[in-house]
Amino acid sequence: MQMPKPSANILARKAEIVACLRQVLPENAVIDDPFETKVYECDALSAYRCPPLAVVLPGSTEETAAALKACHEMGVPVVPRGSGTSLAGGALPTEDSVILGVARLNGVLEADYANRFITVQSGRTNLSVTGAVEQNGYFYAPDPSSQLACAIAGNIAMNSGGAHCLKYGVTTNNLLGVKMVTMAGEVIEIGGAHLDAAGYDLLGLICGSEGQLGVVTEATLRILAKPEGARPVLIGFDSNEVAGACVSDIIRAGVLPVAIEFMDRPVIRAAENFTHAGYPDVEALLIIEVEGSEAEIAEQLGKITKIAKRHNPVELRESQSPEESANIWKGRKAAFGAMGQINDYMCLDGTIPVSKLPETLRGITALSQKYGLDVGNVFHAGDGNMHPLILYNANKPGDLELCEAMGADILKLCVEVGGCLTGEHGVGVEKRELMHSQFGVDDLDIQMAVKDVFDPKWLLNPAKVFPLDASEGRRQ
Amino acid sequence: MKPETEAELADIVASAKAPLEVIGGGTRQIGRTKGDPLHSSGLSGIRLYEPEALTLVAQAGTPLAEIETLLAENGQRLPFEPYDLRALQGTIGTPTIGGVVATNASGPRRIQAGACRDSLIGVRFVDGLGRILKNGGRVMKNVTGYDLVKLMAGSHGTLGVLTEVSFKLLPAPEATATVLVAEAETTSAATMAKAMASPFDVSGSAHANGTTALRLEGLEGSVSYRSQALANLLGGEVATFDWVAQRDVHAFAGVEGDVWRISVKPSGGPLMAEALRRLGAEKVIFDWAGGLLWVLASKGSPLRPAIKSGHATLIRGEGQTFPPEPAPIAALSAALRQKFDPRSLLNPGRMA
Repeated sequence: MQMPKPSANILARKAEIVACLRQVLPENAVIDDPFETKVYECDALSAYRCPPLAVVLPGSTEETAAALKACHEMGVPVVPRGSGTSLAGGALPTEDSVILGVARLNGVLEADYANRFITVQSGRTNLSVTGAVEQNGYFYAPDPSSQLACAIAGNIAMNSGGAHCLKYGVTTNNLLGVKMVTMAGEVIEIGGAHLDAAGYDLLGLICGSEGQLGVVTEATLRILAKPEGARPVLIGFDSNEVAGACVSDIIRAGVLPVAIEFMDRPVIRAAENFTHAGYPDVEALLIIEVEGSEAEIAEQLGKITKIAKRHNPVELRESQSPEESANIWKGRKAAFGAMGQINDYMCLDGTIPVSKLPETLRGITALSQKYGLDVGNVFHAGDGNMHPLILYNANKPGDLELCEAMGADILKLCVEVGGCLTGEHGVGVEKRELMHSQFGVDDLDIQMAVKDVFDPKWLLNPAKVFPLDASEGRRQ
Repeated sequence: MKPETEAELADIVASAKAPLEVIGGGTRQIGRTKGDPLHSSGLSGIRLYEPEALTLVAQAGTPLAEIETLLAENGQRLPFEPYDLRALQGTIGTPTIGGVVATNASGPRRIQAGACRDSLIGVRFVDGLGRILKNGGRVMKNVTGYDLVKLMAGSHGTLGVLTEVSFKLLPAPEATATVLVAEAETTSAATMAKAMASPFDVSGSAHANGTTALRLEGLEGSVSYRSQALANLLGGEVATFDWVAQRDVHAFAGVEGDVWRISVKPSGGPLMAEALRRLGAEKVIFDWAGGLLWVLASKGSPLRPAIKSGHATLIRGEGQTFPPEPAPIAALSAALRQKFDPRSLLNPGRMA
């Protein structure tokens, strides 16, 4: 993975740049000690790291604006950072960039139950948004696996999803408004407590723009009344194809579960060894969750199990208690960690049309044999968002490169069958060069033209999303 | 001009020397522009329909009715319940799916299933230079690059001419029920908020003429349970309600006066209605749990001063269609238009 060569001019001006940032920000909001900036060298794509020029941690929108304005005037690139949980390298700095972290902006500004929204500062963690409203019977729907740690700012930047988006949508479907600072330091407000935009849907444009159009400091989020209850059913099959066919039939029958999760044998075994969730040793496992009152849950599960039984499941277990429900989810939620016990892994995020599931799984198996690296599959089957986990050994020379090459082939396969490179993690640096496989030259050009509008000098997170050769002329 | 293929359409735009008025079915007259008519209705036909993947791809000029019929035959539907403006505006023609997207037309189910922009997962379009561009795709989770899909929804043909649109679908419900509560406008916002705060998954919430209506959809047993529970909670009764008339605002069809569509913070609806009445509003119909006001006003009534937050669009009548934007937003909008349509050929002035 290449990053652009840092600007020698900026590196030489480090002392001057830090002094200028100290002038416009409180003393403790600027970090330049190389020991203290170490933690900002990478995000959750930890294979890549780089020390930043400095780190700023503003405590308000005004301080954010001051920091961005100063960097803009000095021509210094800025890399925004939420909690640093990006799996795509979205918060990876370059040597000549200033990291702008929103971690200090973590307050709740307003919770309005009559109008079903909450306004928070963007550094607040995803789970603590729900935490702020659940005593009143509400929740915030998008639930990425990293929800304990990840920040709303990062959720907006990457348009994060989660296990329950089959019913509730992803971040962009739950975002009502933002306060955002542009690279030039201008504060703009978009959206609010009302629905939909009068003019262009700038909110939809900003959500998922990977921190390249502005730094969001406040977000107004839709909150929903909690359902009366929820219950999962666990269904095991002796083939991936049959499990995939079962998912199709359930959707076709007009039942819309809140989640349909799929795990294959390598992941089932790893999760079972790790959590002892009681998973059967089968080829494919589905966890299907439905919501509602007791009677509604029974009605939906009745339909689902009737369909599942037509596919001769090896195991079919309806949860009978909250403990059992937690147990069924425990293995799934720990699946990534469990695979990490076996070896290092790279987690992919391609999305495919649900109808192409068996074909894609066969293709992944063939690539696994070709490259000699094991793969586990765990994903959101209802919406086709795959998460193949490729196992490799980081200490073995050449293994990371081999794993990356295989990952690229899997993602190209996802695009070939009609899908896309990334369903919820974002492009970042990880999939940047693969963008050519999904988009033509003009498709990329019109996207980059949008960045030209918001950040004409290309200073905000410039080396992300777009292939370096495509963005080169604009970055200089 | 009525091209039959995307390539033909691209050639027309590329070689255009004068402004073009982009027309789908011509049934949604929102905003004004002047230009040579460019019809997209020649680009018609459903390209792909995968019921088991809840996905549909159609050319932009495909009649909405053709899509809705096919989906209904398969027990599915477009989630966002697009409204039909023909009765209200007195327009004639065949609504197209491209026109639905260009105006982000979303009905009562907006509060539960999202707007058109939330179900739209992919677009192909021709920009002002005549380039054929694509964004998004045919999968429901996609964060690959910037989301121009949302930007195109509701851009009224000013950023590009849509040629193909892709949607995520939902199963049509087995059953539908409505709970009606007889009450005054002043208390309706609280009633609708109470319904939305319940766990009963309300999919429509409207108020007019002393009646608040709350819709529930889903499996047979579930709807029966939830409608009873909601009726008990609110002191209402399960009854019938014409949601199509609500969606298409039949109450204002053929009645003299301007019609406004105003998006507001739901709890502020009744107070705003009072303020609007002082400025010439005659009738107000609430939708979206109080967050959407359809207003009938005497011709030329200057309603905008009453709208302190949210936004108002003049759907029928003479005057400025869209609200003025704050300076920084207006600057971004103008700059985006300049990038997508540098020669100002596509529906110039329609949104400005």
